[in-house]
Amino acid sequence: MGEGMNSGHQIMDSEGMNRALTRMAHEILERNKSIENLILIGVRRRGAVLAERLAELIKSIDGTPPPVGAIDINLYRDDLSTVASQPIVRETEIPLDLKDQKVVVVDDVLFTGRTIRSALVALMDFGRPQYIQLAVLVDRGHRELPIRPDYVGKNLPTNFRDVVHVNVREIDDSDEVMVEVSNE
Amino acid sequence: MSRLQEKPAAKWSRKDLLELREMSAEEILLILDTARSFREVTTRAVKKVPALRGKTVAILFSEPSTRTRISFELAAKRLSADIISVQTAQSSLVKGESLHDTARNIEAMRADILVVRHGASGVPHQLARVVSCSIVNGGDGSHEHPTQALLDLFTIREHIGHIEGLKVSIIGDIAHSRVARSNIAGMTKLGAKVTVCGPPTLIPRGIEQQGVDVTYDVHEAIEDADVIYVLRLQLERQDEGLFPSIREYAATFGINSAKMQRAKPTALVMHPGPINRGIELSPDVADGSHSVILEQVTNGIAVRMACLYLIAGVKAGE
Repeated sequence: MGEGMNSGHQIMDSEGMNRALTRMAHEILERNKSIENLILIGVRRRGAVLAERLAELIKSIDGTPPPVGAIDINLYRDDLSTVASQPIVRETEIPLDLKDQKVVVVDDVLFTGRTIRSALVALMDFGRPQYIQLAVLVDRGHRELPIRPDYVGKNLPTNFRDVVHVNVREIDDSDEVMVEVSNE
Repeated sequence: MSRLQEKPAAKWSRKDLLELREMSAEEILLILDTARSFREVTTRAVKKVPALRGKTVAILFSEPSTRTRISFELAAKRLSADIISVQTAQSSLVKGESLHDTARNIEAMRADILVVRHGASGVPHQLARVVSCSIVNGGDGSHEHPTQALLDLFTIREHIGHIEGLKVSIIGDIAHSRVARSNIAGMTKLGAKVTVCGPPTLIPRGIEQQGVDVTYDVHEAIEDADVIYVLRLQLERQDEGLFPSIREYAATFGINSAKMQRAKPTALVMHPGPINRGIELSPDVADGSHSVILEQVTNGIAVRMACLYLIAGVKAGE
């Protein structure tokens, strides 16, 4: 927990997360008509986990899961020289050429929009998709770039210095969304 | 879950990459893990990422080298860095300028990373003390060649999955080999059991203190080895009379398919290049099923990308 932070409080529990993701899965299917040429690409690390879950939920609705990829955006960051500690670069796995695909980028928290900007630049290196949509579990506001999500699990008004954690059982052993409120 | 997520990686805090002897196992593993991501980049249609956009990498080689120089250049280009390549034969060094002054001038042109290869041991260390930009050792004398050893470790790990517990035999001119020195440091830190093999005149006395076994019997070195690492016979040392003749060396220590009969079916044959075909390695082994020599070359780019990336991320004064 950072300095000047209150102990975190829970915004979503496991059930709430699952409900939100199920609704998003329905919305993704409805908006894109079918899973034909649809691919979900999660931003490492927790976005990649959520993309896998969304694919499973889409399978439970439609019978077939869309392919899932994962992208690491650290090589596309615009702040390598200003970040406090160097990011660990993880692998990017895009299972197919993105040319003419309908891509849904999945991330856990949408904040300034800079991560998504990096993801968009990175995705362009894998082909020219038909279009790209954005799905996030939590939109906490404070955009610094003109980026708007297409699917949102929860809109969460925050102060800029608050910290939002999305925990997933695959990495953190539990499913929950927590907020640490800044006292500053 | 990929291996990358299995363990927390060390934090990189070094300004320079000078030798494996001073590095921890965690730092070495961080480079190898980072290199896995970069190998994926090199398989894309667009083999370029913007991570080092705006950074300048200068390559200062005062010894002939094709593959290491090209490998560093490609690595820097694939990270979107700007490259200056200085061949000292065409530089002001031939006009009497000292290497320190050349390095200081390159630094004054705002280079961020200087990759140095030099025939004298310790030159990258010296330069690291006189300039504030980062120095990467591209091979110094008979001291170390850290990025070669890192790409060797990376290639072994990709094939076998781990380094710990492996039996590695390094065969050839151990005494003059910076590749051997770096590999011995890296492999023993990661838990491999290293045996060196060669004519007694080419094995430094007291090398056992570095935690390696010594044998003069090449058959013994090949048997049981998971990795057979063949060094280039440095023909330029032939004048020193350290072994009777090249033909005798080839007959005794050259690795050919007859000697490979004793090897494990899964053993990897490695070589840092360039190969003296028919001397330390016969063509059928160099191109045979055990050989991963060309993979070493391919992996070299990913490993050097990882090194440049990690070093570029360290802020001045950190």
